[in-house]
Amino acid sequence: MSSPPSEQSEQPVPQPAGIVERLVRDDSDRKKFLKMAGAAAGTSFGAFVLAACGSSSKSSSSSSATGTAATASTSTSSSKEMGDLAIVNYALTLEYLETEFYAKVVASGLFNGKVGSLIKDFGRQEQTHVEALKGTAEKLGGTPAAKPEGKFPIQSASQVAQLAYTVENLGASAYLGQAASIQSPEVLAAALAIHTVEARHAATLGTLVKKPVTPNGAFAKPADMPTVLAAVKPFLA
Amino acid sequence: MSDHTLANPELAAFEVHGMTRGSFILRGALAAGAVYGVGAVTPFVSQALAETGGGDAEILNFALTLEYLEADFYQVKGKQVGLSGQAKAYATQFGMEEADHVTALAATIKELGGTPVAKPKFVFPATDEKSFLALASVLENTGVGAYNAAAPMLQSKKVLAAAGGIVQIEARHAAAINLLIGKSPTPDQGFDRPIEKTKVLAAVKPLIKA
Repeated sequence: MSSPPSEQSEQPVPQPAGIVERLVRDDSDRKKFLKMAGAAAGTSFGAFVLAACGSSSKSSSSSSATGTAATASTSTSSSKEMGDLAIVNYALTLEYLETEFYAKVVASGLFNGKVGSLIKDFGRQEQTHVEALKGTAEKLGGTPAAKPEGKFPIQSASQVAQLAYTVENLGASAYLGQAASIQSPEVLAAALAIHTVEARHAATLGTLVKKPVTPNGAFAKPADMPTVLAAVKPFLA
Repeated sequence: MSDHTLANPELAAFEVHGMTRGSFILRGALAAGAVYGVGAVTPFVSQALAETGGGDAEILNFALTLEYLEADFYQVKGKQVGLSGQAKAYATQFGMEEADHVTALAATIKELGGTPVAKPKFVFPATDEKSFLALASVLENTGVGAYNAAAPMLQSKKVLAAAGGIVQIEARHAAAINLLIGKSPTPDQGFDRPIEKTKVLAAVKPLIKA
């Protein structure tokens, strides 16, 4: 359980729970984050913070006024649905970044042959995750998060493969970190189906860079939203 | 949520087959009768019909059977077949990880007030490294689908998180084995298909001796 926002003293080393607080305070970070969170920025941001703080309190009543989401179904949606929507939009943001990353890697021409076709496959699969999650966000009565602008260091084949391994492991742990918070069985089933594909990508890349296929051993470790958002921050333009 | 159709056609496959939780468990338990014998399945049925308590333990017992099978396959059959190189390394590592899953699931079932199923006797139709790896691929990929189908039916969020931590490992194993034998690490492309319990049981039934 993370601490509530604000009222905390500055810490030299940001704690995982501190990232969201910092995003709230720091204007430039906040803008970046809002850009990530998409068109219904106010709504998404509020929901993000709520979800990231592990809160299930009903403070979403005022947030539905923002953006295009002020439809009848949304304004009456429960905090449960708000939670799922926030999680779906969070996942969508990560999938957008992964898709853009793979597109840049493919365009770089660093990989060809068997590895090149794997990379292309993975990129296509991330794109199908984007499409699916956009559809799910709409199905939940929400506005899908806007595509963030990414920036990725593309230097050499080995550096890119290593980065891809890191990104996929992060993605897998991000999905795992949300599984228990998802309310809708349909959204959960979809998240699970994507989660294991991220894991397959991570394992494949592990074999390419001679890193462990199962870096956490027999039990995969989840990562919470603040941890993941802090880790992806360097990849936001 | 009353509407079970999803906006995206790819996701349409992921609804829970329109079955209620109870009917899923009952069907699974009845199908298990074919594997365990009618006598053994009676407690499964009464557990499935129980109002609360038995559900998660019952699902985990199904997972436990699959983990017993995988652990035995790597740790016993792997040694009999005589593996080398990467196949041997994977069998050793994955075998230990499956054994860890067995231990964790048995403990969780007890925590839930259930009784872990006994380890069945297995028979694996693998005679050499090639047939061993082909079967490993089937077992791991089936394991992923089995967990993904069962997970949304778990009531306890804690148990769900634990199952998620295990299925991710099954997926990693599946990808690594598939790569090793020249198969796609993502056989279902972007979305791993859930495999319902009856199909999983039908697939593993020939491997269970008693």
